[in-house]
Amino acid sequence: MTFTAPVLSYQLLSPILIVLGGALIGVLVEAFVSRKLRPIAQLSLTIGTLLLALFQVFTIRNSQSTTAAMGSVVIDGPAVLMQASILVISILAAFLIADTENFVPVAAAVPGSEDERRAIQSGQTLTEVFPLTLFAVSGMMIFPIATDLITLFVALEMLSLPLYLMAGLSRRRRLLSQESALKYFLLGAFSSAFFLFGAAYLYGYSGSVSFEGIRIAIAGGSGNDIILLIGIAFLSVGLLFKVGAVPFHAWSPDVYQGAPTPVTAFMAAATKVAAFGAMLRIFYTAFANAQWQWRPLLIVISIITMLFGSLVAIAQRDVKRMLAYSSIAHAGFLLAGVIALNKAGLEGSIFYLFAYGVATVGAFGVVTLVRDSTGEVTDLNRWAGLGKRSPWVATIFAGFLLAFAGIPLTSGFIGKFAIFSAAYEGGSKSIVIAGVLSSAIAAFFYIRVIVLMFFTDPQEDGTSVVIPSILTRATVVICFVVTIALGVFPSPLLDSIKTLAIFIR
Amino acid sequence: MFNTNSLVYLIGLPLFGATFLLLAGRKVDKWGHILATVLSGSAFIVGVDQFFQMANRAPEDRAITQVLFSWINVGTFNVDAALLLDQLSICFVLLITGVGTLIHIYSIAYMSHDENRRRFFAYLNLFIAAMLLLVLGNSYLNLYVGWEGVGLASYLLIGFWNQKPAYATASKKAFIANRVGDMGLSLAIMIAFATLGTVSFAGVAEKSHTASQGALTAIGIMLLVAATGKSAQFPLQAWLGDAMAGPTPVSALIHAATMVTAGVYLIVRSNFIFDAAPTAQLLVVIIGAITLMFGAIIGTAKDDIKKALAASTMSQIGYMVLASGLGPVGYAFAIMHLLTHGFFKAGMFLGAGSVMHGMDDEVNMRKFGGIRLFMPITFVTFGLGYLAILGVPPFAGFYSKDKIIETAFYSGGIKGILIGSVALLGAGITAFYMSRLMILTFMGTPRYTEDKNPHESSFLILLPMAILAIGSVASGFLLSHGNALVNWLSPLFEMTEETENEIMPPIVISSLALVFVAAGFALAWKMYARSAVSNTAPTDVSIFTKAARRDLFQDDFNEAVFMRPGQLLTKTLVSTDELLVDGTVRGIGKAAIGSGNLLRTTQTGFVRSYAALILIGAISLIAAIWVVTQ
Repeated sequence: MTFTAPVLSYQLLSPILIVLGGALIGVLVEAFVSRKLRPIAQLSLTIGTLLLALFQVFTIRNSQSTTAAMGSVVIDGPAVLMQASILVISILAAFLIADTENFVPVAAAVPGSEDERRAIQSGQTLTEVFPLTLFAVSGMMIFPIATDLITLFVALEMLSLPLYLMAGLSRRRRLLSQESALKYFLLGAFSSAFFLFGAAYLYGYSGSVSFEGIRIAIAGGSGNDIILLIGIAFLSVGLLFKVGAVPFHAWSPDVYQGAPTPVTAFMAAATKVAAFGAMLRIFYTAFANAQWQWRPLLIVISIITMLFGSLVAIAQRDVKRMLAYSSIAHAGFLLAGVIALNKAGLEGSIFYLFAYGVATVGAFGVVTLVRDSTGEVTDLNRWAGLGKRSPWVATIFAGFLLAFAGIPLTSGFIGKFAIFSAAYEGGSKSIVIAGVLSSAIAAFFYIRVIVLMFFTDPQEDGTSVVIPSILTRATVVICFVVTIALGVFPSPLLDSIKTLAIFIR
Repeated sequence: MFNTNSLVYLIGLPLFGATFLLLAGRKVDKWGHILATVLSGSAFIVGVDQFFQMANRAPEDRAITQVLFSWINVGTFNVDAALLLDQLSICFVLLITGVGTLIHIYSIAYMSHDENRRRFFAYLNLFIAAMLLLVLGNSYLNLYVGWEGVGLASYLLIGFWNQKPAYATASKKAFIANRVGDMGLSLAIMIAFATLGTVSFAGVAEKSHTASQGALTAIGIMLLVAATGKSAQFPLQAWLGDAMAGPTPVSALIHAATMVTAGVYLIVRSNFIFDAAPTAQLLVVIIGAITLMFGAIIGTAKDDIKKALAASTMSQIGYMVLASGLGPVGYAFAIMHLLTHGFFKAGMFLGAGSVMHGMDDEVNMRKFGGIRLFMPITFVTFGLGYLAILGVPPFAGFYSKDKIIETAFYSGGIKGILIGSVALLGAGITAFYMSRLMILTFMGTPRYTEDKNPHESSFLILLPMAILAIGSVASGFLLSHGNALVNWLSPLFEMTEETENEIMPPIVISSLALVFVAAGFALAWKMYARSAVSNTAPTDVSIFTKAARRDLFQDDFNEAVFMRPGQLLTKTLVSTDELLVDGTVRGIGKAAIGSGNLLRTTQTGFVRSYAALILIGAISLIAAIWVVTQ
C-alpha cells in the first residue's frame, strides 16, 4: 500500500484555513499577551480573521471544484453563499460577544466560590470565547461543503464542541448556564451517536462514505432499501438535532435560555445556516433519488415542528425561551425548503437562512440591552411599556419580531414566500397549509410582544435599557437595516442567489 | 397671448389659490380673499380668450385637447391626465368662472364679518378648480376626480359654519347622498372599462357600438344614478334642501348655478351612451319629470326662502334632465336652460342673501313683507330673475323652458303628451310658488318685528346681482337668437333627422304655457296678496300641504327604508362580529394557548427525558419506515 500525499487546493480552502489559523493565533494570544491587552487583541484578531475570510470567499465566489480537498469538500455556488452567510452572521455576533459584561470572568471557577469573587473584583475578563468562536466558525464553514460522511462528522463535532463550552460561560445565573451546557453536551453526544450509526448503515448500503458514492448506489437500486432508510433516518436524527426540529428540539429552549445571550445569538443564527446547508446538500445530492422514502418523513417532522414551535411559544413568559421556540418553528419552515427538492427551494432556503440569521442576531442583540441591576431582564412581563421608555430599541425589536412573523416589507416575508412557493411547486401542499397556519399562530405571540412593549403601561421595576456599546449598536442597527432592506429590495440578493445556487457533484 | 397650453391655467389658477390660502394661514387673512377673487377672475379671462379663439376656428377644429401627463399606464389600460375643451365644456367654463367670479366678489362683502373668510375663499377656489376639472377632463376617470373634488368642496362649504350641529349634519347628509351617486359613477366607469377597455369620452364614443345593449343600458343607468346624486334628482334629492345650511353665496354658486348641474353635463356628455340605450334614456326622462313635479310641489309649501329656492332648483334641474333625456334634439335645450338658470337662479339666491343680510339672517318669508321699499335694487334684480324663471317673454326662461316643453310634446306618442303635460303643469306650479315667494317677501305689508331694520346692501353685494339680472333678461334671447347655441353645440351630437310630431304648433304651446303661468300667478295673488298672511305657518292645512312641508316625506322614506334598516344591519353586524368572529378568534387563541401550555409540559428540564424523547423520535422514524416499506 502506498501513501498518496494529499493534494489540496489552498486557494479554495483559504477561507477555512484563515479562520482556523486565526483561532490558533487566538490561543497563542491567550497564552502570551498581557491580560490588559487581551480583550482588544482578541477582538481585533477575530474580526480581522473573519473579514479576511469573507474577502477570500468573495474572491472564490465563481469557483467550482470537487477536488479542493481530495474529494472531501466541494466548492460551488451554495457553498460560497453559505460560507459568506456564516461569516457575516459571525461578524455581527462577534460584536455582541465583545461586550464581555455577559461572560463569566473565569470559567473554571466554581459558581459562587471565593475564586470567582476575586476574579470579578480584580476586573478580569474572559477572552477564551473568541478563539472558541473561531473554531466553531471553521466547523460551520466545513459542515455545508462536506461531501463525505467522515468530513461531515468531523465538521459537526468541530462546530459543536466549542459551542458546548460557550453555552456555559454566562456571568449571571451560572448554574443554569452550566446545566444547559452539560445538557447540550450530553444530548449532542447522544445525537452524534445516531449520526455515526446512520453513517455506518449508509456505508453498509453503498460501500462508500462519499455523497457521490451513495447517490450512485441509490440510483443503481441494487442495495437493501431497509438498510438505506435506517441509515437516512439515523443520519437525519443527528442533523435534525442540530437544527432543533421536533422531537429532537428539547435541548434548545434550555440552552438558549442558559447560554450567554451573545452566544445564543451566534449559535441560533450561524448553527442553523451551517446545519441546514449540510442538510440541503446531502438531501439534494446524495439522497435525491430516494426522495419517495424520506420526503414523507421529513414532511411529518416539518409540520410537527412548525406547529409545536408556534404553539409552545405562545405559552412562554421568557423572551429568550420565546425566541428559542420561535427558532424551532423556523426550523420547521426551513425544512419545507429541504422537502421542496427543487432549485427554487434551494434559493429560498439560502435567502431565508441569511435573513433569519441576521434578524436573530439583531433580536438577541436587543435582548442584551434590556437589563436591571442584576443583569439582563428576560421576563416578558417586565418588558411592558418598553416602547414608552426606549422607543428606538422597542421599535427595532418590533421590526425583528415582524420579520420573524413574516410581515411584508421585512425580510421574513420574502423568505417565507420564497420557501412556501417552492414547497408548493415541489408538490408539498400539506406543508404550505401547515406553514401558513403556524405562521398565523406565530404572528399571535410576536405581535403580543409588540402590544406588550407599546400598548401596556410600564411597571416601575427598574428595568432599563442600557446605553449600548458602539459595537452592539452597530450590530443591532445593521441587522435592522438589512432586515428591512431585504424586505423592500430583495431582488439583488435573490438574483445573485439565483445565479449561484446550483449544487455541483 | 394664450395657446392650447393655457387650458391648464384654467384649473391651475384657482387650485393654486386654494392651496396657497389653506397653507398660508392667518397671515394672509387681510388679502387672501382678494387673491382668490383675482385668480377666479383670471381664470374667467382665460376662458373668454379660449372662447374667442374657439369661435374663430372652423367648427370641426373647435375641440382641443391638452395632455398633461400619463396618469395610469398598466398593461392595456392607459389613461392620460388630459383636458378637453370643446363647444360643450366652454359653455361650462364660462358659466363656472363667470358666475363664480361674481360670487367671489359678492362674498367679499357678504362674508366680511366672518373670521374664517380666508378659509371660505380657499374652499371657493377649490370648488372652481374641481368643477373646471370636472367639465374639462377628457375621460370619465378625469371627470371622476373633479366630480369627487366638487363633492368635497360642497361638503366643506355646506358645513362651513359647522359649529352648529345641524349644519354639520346637513353637510354629512349631502356627502352621503352624493356618495351613493358617486358609486354609480364608479360602477359606470368600471363597466365601461370592462366592456370597452377604455374610459375616455372619445374612446367610449368610438367603441360604444361594439358593446351589447345590456352593457350600454347598465352604463347609462349607472351614469343616471350618478347624476341623480349630484344634481339632487329623485330619488337622491333629499340633501339639497338641507344644503342651504351653507352660506348663501355657496347656495348660489354650488347648489344652484354650477355643481348641481353636473349631472346634466354628465348625461349630455354621455350622449353616445344614451342615444344607444333607449331604456336608460327613457329612465332619464322619467326621473326628470318626477323631479320637476316633486321640486315644484315642495316649493309651494316652504316658508324658508332659501329652501323654497332650493326646491325650485331641484325642479328646474328636473327640466334639464328631462330635456337631456329627449335625445339629440333635447341636449342643446337642456344646456340652454342650464345656462339661463345659472344666471337667474344665482341672481335670486344672491338676492335672498341680500334680503337676509338686511334682515339679520331671517329666512322665514312669513316674517318678511313689503321689503321692496327698503331694498329697491334687490327687489328689481330679484324681480328680473323671477320673471325669467316664470318664463315670461322676453326674459331668459321663456326661451329655454318653452323649448323644453315644446320638445317634450314633440317627442312623440303618448309619452310626448304625458311629459309635455307634466312640463306644462310644472311651469304653472313654478309660477305659483315663485309668485308666492315674491309676494311674501317683497310685497304686502311688513310682518317683521320692530327690532328688524331692513336696509339695502352694499355695492359689492349689489353689483353681482345687477350683472346676473342682466343675464336673466338677455341670456335667453342671445342664446337662442338664430339658434346660436343649438348650432354651436350641434357638431357634438349625432343629429338624426327625426320625423317631427308637431301635435300642436309652437305658438299654441307657448300660449298654453303662458296661460298656466298666469293661472299660477293669479292663484298666488289671490292667496297671499289679497288675503292676510299670518307670520306663523298655519297648522290647519290640508294633508297635501303637510306632505309638501315635509318634503313629500323624502326624509321619512329614507329613514324608514335606509337609515333604520341600515342601523339595524350595522348593529347586527357588530354583534355578529363580536360574538362570532371575535369569539372564534378568541376561542382559537385560547385553544392555541391551552395546547401550548399542554405541550410545554414535555419540557421537564431533565436531560434524561430529553434523551428519551430523541430515542422515541428515532424509533418512530424507523417504525414509520417499516410501515412505509412493508
